[in-house]
Amino acid sequence: MGVVLVLIVVGILITLIKESIPSVKSSGFGYLWSKVWDPVQNIYGAYPFLIGTLLTSFIALILSIPFSYAVSIYLGEYNPKGWLSNLLKNSIELIAAVPSIIYGFWGLFVLVPIIRQIETKIGVAPYGIGVLTASLVLAVMIIPYAASLGITLIRMVPSALKEGAYALGATRFEVIRSVVMPYTRTGLFAGVLLSLGRALGETMAVTMLIGNTPTLAHNFKDLIFGPSNTMASVIANEFTEADHEQYLSALVELGLVLFFVTVVINLIGKRIITRFTNN
Amino acid sequence: MDARIGIRNTKSTLFKGLIIFLAFLITLPLIVVLLYIIKQGVTQVNWHFLTNVPKPVGEPGGGIANALVGSLLMVGMASIVAIPVGILAGIYLSENPHTKLAYWSGLCVDVLQGVPSIVIGIVVYLWIVKPLGTFSAIAGSCALAIMMLPIVIRSTEQTLRLLPPSLKEAALSLGVPYHRVIIKVIVPCGFAGILSGIMLSVARIIGETAPLLFTALGNSYLSYAVTKPMESLPHVIYTYATSPYDDWHNLAWGASFILLMFVLILNITTKLITRKWNIQL
Repeated sequence: MGVVLVLIVVGILITLIKESIPSVKSSGFGYLWSKVWDPVQNIYGAYPFLIGTLLTSFIALILSIPFSYAVSIYLGEYNPKGWLSNLLKNSIELIAAVPSIIYGFWGLFVLVPIIRQIETKIGVAPYGIGVLTASLVLAVMIIPYAASLGITLIRMVPSALKEGAYALGATRFEVIRSVVMPYTRTGLFAGVLLSLGRALGETMAVTMLIGNTPTLAHNFKDLIFGPSNTMASVIANEFTEADHEQYLSALVELGLVLFFVTVVINLIGKRIITRFTNN
Repeated sequence: MDARIGIRNTKSTLFKGLIIFLAFLITLPLIVVLLYIIKQGVTQVNWHFLTNVPKPVGEPGGGIANALVGSLLMVGMASIVAIPVGILAGIYLSENPHTKLAYWSGLCVDVLQGVPSIVIGIVVYLWIVKPLGTFSAIAGSCALAIMMLPIVIRSTEQTLRLLPPSLKEAALSLGVPYHRVIIKVIVPCGFAGILSGIMLSVARIIGETAPLLFTALGNSYLSYAVTKPMESLPHVIYTYATSPYDDWHNLAWGASFILLMFVLILNITTKLITRKWNIQL
């Protein structure tokens, strides 16, 4: 059965590479840096989607980090046992369990009007849908991945270290800042990486909320508030419409890039965790 | 001196307050989403809704029977393939942790877990849909099965690793052959853990839309033919949610409610099982 697994993964890799060869041949390395995506003219440049993906993922990541660290510290250090702790832990796991399509649907009908009102107030074009909206929903969706790992890691901090600090007269905050956080830093970073991997590949919620435009905004305001597109949502939107081989191949190449990036990020994260837990 | 200690203590209390505030704040979106879906969805659901196919725009009534049947059928077919393979691979990984093949397949499980679901959709399209020339439920369940595998494997492996080695040694010392030890001792002891892994994986794939977009496609009629396109719950939500008609939005809210209930029930049951048997997943 181990062989089956290896075959599946190798098969995925080979298929993706083989099917993106036509696109690599015609676009070359310019594929990732060229700014025009025009299937009708057979011009494929993935740069806008690359930026869109990175932008949404990193905004979501920055928004989610304070929360996932807070949950990790609260459930790992302040309140590791008891019904309240269990309730909170289970609710956070439920956040990951709710299908992304439901977040997308809810976001489209509840969050988008709210964002639109806010955008009208602060004087930017009131699209409603766009990078910010997608990132907000994405931030909520990726919190559990970093948080559940963080909780486990913070609970693993040896109590001798913490007791030593307390004995020297440190307050709770000082123990967390100077003992717990330095001890778990690399592990928590791995959790953030796993969250990032999720965010990069997340499709449905983002597709419904990001607005799907193939051009890149020119100014900073539009880049954050305006519609954009990510690699995953381009694939979701255009794959069934790809009517010639070149187009399909360009989309598969997009999938290949996505595959590589998420796999590398995930493997680095997993490697850090294994090293951390073995020490 | 005292003032300094006072400041440090205040700082500590403030930090604790901030942490508690942030930690509980993130349950807010969850509660809001759940309540909103329940509020919008529960009024839509009745017997008629569950047993009828969607009506054209403008006609009242209509339901999601096709999506319900499609989802159950595809998840069922995916489970039939993925569960045995997953459990066997999990047993292999926990029994032979140090072989080269185990290292590589463990790595592959990590890779599979990280692959975005949309990429699995692409690959299955190229593997099955393109050669057969038609979107089909089989392709959909194949994509879902690939998504299920890593979850089943990891939970099986981790549960079996936690079993005390004395159990296996006792059985072997009584002269029981190795394969019977696995079937009669190891697997029954880890059954609850394996079961909860299976349920979690089902809960995960029943809400997956992305891998179905270009495999099962969708179908607005009730269909049992596995070689033809088939509707599914998450896909019906996607199509109707992004449509401009209020009737269809209502249908999508109802479908979301049903999907959410499936997922919640599966997750809560899993929680109860793991708590009863005291398993760490």
